[in-house]
Amino acid sequence: MANPSYVTLGQRILAGLDKALTTVMASPPYRWSQGILRRAGVTGRTLVIAVPWVWLLIFFLIPFIIVFKISFAETRWLGSPPYAPIWEWVEGHALHVKITFANYLFLLSDSLYVQAFLSSLKVASVSTILCLLLGYPMAYGIARADPSWRNTLLLLVILPFWTSFLLRVYAWMGLLNNHGVINQFLMWTGIIDEPIVMLQTDFAMYIGIVYSYLPFMILPLYSNLEKHDPTLLEAAVDLGCRPFRAFLSITLPLSKPGIIAGSMLVFIPAVGEFVIPRLLGGTDSLMIGRVLWDEYFLNRNWPVASAVAIALLLLLVIPIVIFQRYQLQEASGEQQR
Amino acid sequence: MNRNRSVFLLSALVFGFAFLYVPIISMIVFSFNESKLVTVWGGFSVKWYGELFHNRRMLEAAWLSVRIAAVSATCAVIIGTMAGFALARFGHFRTRTLFSGMVTAPLVMPEVITGLSLLLLFVALAPLPFIPDTRGFSTITIAHITLTMSYVAVIVQSRLSSMDDSLEEAALDLGARPWKVFMVITLPIIAPAMISGWLLAFTLSLDDLVIASFTAGPSTNTLPMMIFSTVRRGITPEINALATIMVGIVTIFVITAGVLMARQERRRQLETRGAGR
Repeated sequence: MANPSYVTLGQRILAGLDKALTTVMASPPYRWSQGILRRAGVTGRTLVIAVPWVWLLIFFLIPFIIVFKISFAETRWLGSPPYAPIWEWVEGHALHVKITFANYLFLLSDSLYVQAFLSSLKVASVSTILCLLLGYPMAYGIARADPSWRNTLLLLVILPFWTSFLLRVYAWMGLLNNHGVINQFLMWTGIIDEPIVMLQTDFAMYIGIVYSYLPFMILPLYSNLEKHDPTLLEAAVDLGCRPFRAFLSITLPLSKPGIIAGSMLVFIPAVGEFVIPRLLGGTDSLMIGRVLWDEYFLNRNWPVASAVAIALLLLLVIPIVIFQRYQLQEASGEQQR
Repeated sequence: MNRNRSVFLLSALVFGFAFLYVPIISMIVFSFNESKLVTVWGGFSVKWYGELFHNRRMLEAAWLSVRIAAVSATCAVIIGTMAGFALARFGHFRTRTLFSGMVTAPLVMPEVITGLSLLLLFVALAPLPFIPDTRGFSTITIAHITLTMSYVAVIVQSRLSSMDDSLEEAALDLGARPWKVFMVITLPIIAPAMISGWLLAFTLSLDDLVIASFTAGPSTNTLPMMIFSTVRRGITPEINALATIMVGIVTIFVITAGVLMARQERRRQLETRGAGR
């Protein structure tokens, strides 16, 4: 705006938008409705909060309450919807309330579900650690790279994230196949005589999860590591500290918020992952996301599927709260700057 | 010692980027493979692209997905910007904690939970008037708006938090109406964040399989649902061709956006330097 020759297309669009809105705001219908709203005590500020608030209330909070409710309902195999109503107004009697804990007891009694929960936790934890082991050096490398390279390297981390997740998982099916590139290469070099079975094993599943979630680990780590003051490390080295020791006692503790954020961003969605175990994991791989999917799509058992969802949510409450606290700190920390 | 460190970091970067890109590159290479056997090289050919463009069902699914993505990304930017603005600029208000919790929770919520809960909502709402009782375009779009508005809100919020509000306050002090201040000062500041938010929302919507599968009716097929049902039966060269096209479009988009933003940033730096002189 300092120089009129720099009027960009974007600024022209904004100016047009402003003009149109000013015309609308000067028109009588707008003024009437504004007067009514103001008399009702509704200000622009309230409206800005209210729109997203109401949206999230209807499409985020209330759905959970419904899932919670249905998880206590009885399954009705031939009905539509396939569950019995929790409360019914019975003629001549009164309000009839039917709540059953059978769905939760079923989850506990069938060892399949308990095992699925345990193995999901294990798979997600191992994948998180693998992501951290691979992502930390990468994030650190990018943060320490020449500034002219940094944006390009960062773009290279983000780029796969913009391409279809489903197709990237599919790409590994081509690589890990019995006749896939990796097996062909190993057989060509003579290291192996027969193809190694890699597809539909836990190994393939771990590769898929680490591969898909690696950018989520690198980005928060990078944004933390990039802010570090390099003079701290220099001072430590000048005072005779070994570089590795300096890393352990300065860089690592300072990057704790980044580690926590990245780990939560990997761990929480990985616990409920469905696509990767289904496409890369074995047919016997027990992941809770897959169990929920089958319970809904194959068994049509909505109450049990809801109970699985509630149990999964309870399992993830603590990690989600940790993640949210980090988000809050990050937001307020940036405001202080 | 310092050299050891750089060697280690460099090899980590090389290994990491190889890990990220080898699958994509191999997929692109094999999309030009003549042979039906996906992993045996049978000469260069573009016949799989031809077959892809004759696959009516795939094209219809792609068109549906693009429409859902465009509508949901646009709505998500509007609602998400409101949420991000409220979180960054309104200070403390009642129910703020619950509000910010609801805004950030969809970022990490496992998709199977979001999908199931929205489906059960749509089923519960179906008997009410004005609600379409067939699930399809509208229900998937609503689900995607809910998912992606969180991303927009977080991007807009962090952009606003990193800019101090003295310009806006000055304009308000000088008597500008809040709406005018938003249009003239705030909107140009957050416009890049809104554009990246729109692109991110578009991509996430175009890519979503799980939530769409739950909220779609039996006769609706989005592109990821088509890909999934094809891929489940094994690898096919057609999907390789489709993936190559999508990777190509995204690469062009992201690189163009990156170059444009870098240019804008440089121009702004020049301007501020000029103004300081």
